[in-house]
Amino acid sequence: MLTESALDPATAVYVATVPAGEPWIYEIRQGQTVRILDLEGNQAADTLFYNAHDYEDRYSAQDTIRDQGNIYLTTGTKLRSLKGHTLLTITADTCGRHDTLGGACATESNMVRYDLEKRHMHACRQSFVKAITGWGRGLDKRDIGHNINFFMNVPVTPEGRLTFEDGVSAPGKYVEMRADMDVLALISNCPQLNNPCNAYNPTPVRVLIWD
Amino acid sequence: MTSAVVAAPVPGAASGPAADLLFEDVVREGATWSHVLKRGTALRVTDTLGGANVGGLFYNWENTAERYNMPDTLKAQHIARLTSGCVLYSDMGRVLCSITDDTVGWHDPLGGCANAAQVRAKYGEACYQDVRNDCVKNAYEAFVIELAKYGMAARDLTAPVNFFSRVVVNETGAMAFAPGNSRAGDAVELRAEMNVLVVLNTCQHPLDPNPRYEPKPVSLSVRRVPPPAVDDRCRISRPENGRGFTLTERYFL
Repeated sequence: MLTESALDPATAVYVATVPAGEPWIYEIRQGQTVRILDLEGNQAADTLFYNAHDYEDRYSAQDTIRDQGNIYLTTGTKLRSLKGHTLLTITADTCGRHDTLGGACATESNMVRYDLEKRHMHACRQSFVKAITGWGRGLDKRDIGHNINFFMNVPVTPEGRLTFEDGVSAPGKYVEMRADMDVLALISNCPQLNNPCNAYNPTPVRVLIWD
Repeated sequence: MTSAVVAAPVPGAASGPAADLLFEDVVREGATWSHVLKRGTALRVTDTLGGANVGGLFYNWENTAERYNMPDTLKAQHIARLTSGCVLYSDMGRVLCSITDDTVGWHDPLGGCANAAQVRAKYGEACYQDVRNDCVKNAYEAFVIELAKYGMAARDLTAPVNFFSRVVVNETGAMAFAPGNSRAGDAVELRAEMNVLVVLNTCQHPLDPNPRYEPKPVSLSVRRVPPPAVDDRCRISRPENGRGFTLTERYFL
């Protein structure tokens, strides 16, 4: 559902621009609102959330889509955790649909999907691992669950096929979430050069936080 | 063949499929089972009564940080259902198991597992003190308990497959459980392409609309199977799978 936000970027307490190929990791406090802004359009923001006080209790794609009975995320979606908590609720969305099933690119999955020689290419899992091991506090690769792809369109057909369609995003579209509890947010701004969804041109996203 | 599988003697079986049978087992209703399925063997799961659901988790036994990855499995094969010819990918681009036979046609990779609170809300209380082993169980706790036996924890719980169940997604993204997907005698066969820790649980699918706690049992058989040929159905079903098998076979070189 398309919903605009009344929040003014000028009043944000935090603003960061995340270039393509870079991770971003940050704690968001209960009650704060976070916006992810697609600056140039059709850029995948691969995103994970953790309960800030129990990293084992992380975003769960299956629990989120099952609880709302729909595989796409949009306004009203409660992002659910492995242990049954609501981590955040989507409060505004000018894109209308975000992917829960496509996961993150990895050097290994790129070899399977495209060519064995793609191993050298940068990928989201490299960024995820770099960010969580840098963050420390016991996080490692085992804590990387199945992420949200904000701004990506990955439809499933009634026949059980998964397709990758052109993005439904555009420059300036955004998604906004209110934190229902203290959460650790992790974004990999996707460096994928093999996927036509971003016109083979990964671009920056911006993150804004309001109290 | 790099794995050494020693066949248990099967009385009266000199040749043919029965000669390759290693063992049989049963997973009772609402129960949990685990086994390190060796490369070169296959696990056949049979829905004894019809209407079973079997949650499944898969790990590389030599390094359990490598495990079944739902998105990688779906996007490599452009699928949101699992059936013959499909494979289960790990996060390392390797094939953990291939689905070499399936009489059902649709196994669900999307629905996940329910936790204790969700199961209690749906089926009510039935504790061990009152009903002994008929107590109401949930797949989330069962998986975490079984994983702990292998040194893992809730953080290691990945998105499980729900064998024998079908969840259909329509054009708007809405998910619907399709009752009657599996009938008595239906079976699915998983060939291990690595040494794979398999964890199974027979609790009901979380989207099963049946308001009563009525999980179903399944029977299992494990047998020795030949390695996948160059024209193996799972290997050639997609060019992606050809590369996935190449990466898997290199792991054992």
